[in-house]
Amino acid sequence: MSENRPTIKKKRQPVSDRRKFILNMARGAGLASMGGFIWSAYIDEVTASTLILRPPGAIKEEDFLKTCIKCGLCVIACPYDTLVLAKPGDNKPLGTPYFIPRDIPCYMCPDIPCVPVCPTGALDEKSVTTDGVLDINIAEMGLAVVDADSCIAFWGIQCDACYRACPILGVAITIEYSKNERTGKHAFMKPVVHSEACTGCGLCERACVTEKPAIFVLPRETAMGRAGDYYIKGWDKDDEKRLENASEIKTTTEISKESAVDSLNDAGDLY
Amino acid sequence: MATLWNNYRYLILRRFTQVGLLVLYFGANAWGWTVLMGNLSSSKVLGVIPLSDPFAALQMLAAGAVIAADLLLGVLLLTLFYFIIGGRAFCSWVCPVNMITDSANFLRRKLDFDRVQGIKQPASRNIRYWVLALSLIISAVMGVTAFEFLSPISMVHRGIVFGLGFGWAAMLIIFLFDLFVLKNGWCGHICPLGGFYSILGKFSLIRVHHTQENCTLCMKCKVVCPERQVLHMIGKESLPVLSGECTNCARCIEVCDDDALGFSIRNLVKNKKTGE
Repeated sequence: MSENRPTIKKKRQPVSDRRKFILNMARGAGLASMGGFIWSAYIDEVTASTLILRPPGAIKEEDFLKTCIKCGLCVIACPYDTLVLAKPGDNKPLGTPYFIPRDIPCYMCPDIPCVPVCPTGALDEKSVTTDGVLDINIAEMGLAVVDADSCIAFWGIQCDACYRACPILGVAITIEYSKNERTGKHAFMKPVVHSEACTGCGLCERACVTEKPAIFVLPRETAMGRAGDYYIKGWDKDDEKRLENASEIKTTTEISKESAVDSLNDAGDLY
Repeated sequence: MATLWNNYRYLILRRFTQVGLLVLYFGANAWGWTVLMGNLSSSKVLGVIPLSDPFAALQMLAAGAVIAADLLLGVLLLTLFYFIIGGRAFCSWVCPVNMITDSANFLRRKLDFDRVQGIKQPASRNIRYWVLALSLIISAVMGVTAFEFLSPISMVHRGIVFGLGFGWAAMLIIFLFDLFVLKNGWCGHICPLGGFYSILGKFSLIRVHHTQENCTLCMKCKVVCPERQVLHMIGKESLPVLSGECTNCARCIEVCDDDALGFSIRNLVKNKKTGE
């Protein structure tokens, strides 16, 4: 009993200032890292939406997310109410401007009122300027994609709603004629989108007659592939220039120590 | 009527500026007014003068964004205003969340919450500075403006101007948090923007001044003050409120029946002598 008393007394001793300080700092650091991780996870989730169409002149999505201050001046400038700011519940990066073409497409104003008002340069005037003049035709908001299965022109029914709606008529969308073998006497008039001319304004998506549009705009990053540096159009002088910036990857493989004949005759691994 | 005005004059003025600014912003989007366009993150006055949230710009800088000249000018104007004149006035005179937290606080007082829970606060008011530091760290690591993607201030303000969506939930969360969890919880403990303006407004000229000779120690000022730690001199010393955490809301001035509190301009010469 008498041996236990000192330990009880020790427990009741006030916590030293040093201990208090260390514990408080540890608590602060612990809470901060806990909060930081939850916060980071949230940020990662809310900025993950890649299927979003930005106003004309928008810089690369990754840079857009850090540069856009979410002020809505582009939204106010838009005369057609095309642009909206992402609200909580839209499941888009909160507060950033975007548009849904099936609701209201971009009508491609020649003076592009939404771009010069941007205070941060998230909408870059230079990217929609040719020879010192604003040029909406070089905007790259997205790319129209045709679903051949639900497009009635691919069925053989005559429809050129998207072709007629296109503001870059006859360039961004062309009609391809081919024989309808089923009837033997009609032609298919299939819409074909050309990625080098399409701005992704979405007037075609708005005009599409099917219940859910058979032609729709996707972000270019989502809709387009990339051939890479291995494949070059040898017949195209301009394409050959890509070789100048081509990345070089050398792969090295260890040469087999066995002779070729041994290697062929050795079936041990197969059976 | 005269006493009503006397007891609520600053509150009425604050609500007037808060709601007035909201109406101007709303009008710009809805009816094409040009007085004040944009929102609290960045705006244009009369289509010419840019104003931008310095804290948002700081996060952009941390995230590695290129800061445009327009933005920089807007940031500079607001920074100078709050640094030299207003102090932390943004929180009580502009921010729409202030109306939510004030109403939670009002209800708290009416329902006598403090007597049930006790005056002692379970959390430190310094959390906001941790959150402030954290927001810049996360901005740098993730490459996006961390607080701007979750800020209930922007959510509420943007919501009112551009369409609310589920933004009402953010308003409700803050209201419930302040009412049931922590007194002055959001504005006084967590909000990093409040923390930012506390630091920025530390040296501003407009200060609440306490005259100790008039004080009758009724402590009404401490009851209404959302940052009661800044009123540490009440009844003890005649001092201006020098803490940057004071939001210049002036509620203390209104509730004081003894003329012991009032607005003053910081006396720079005197400060140099006393070394403050």
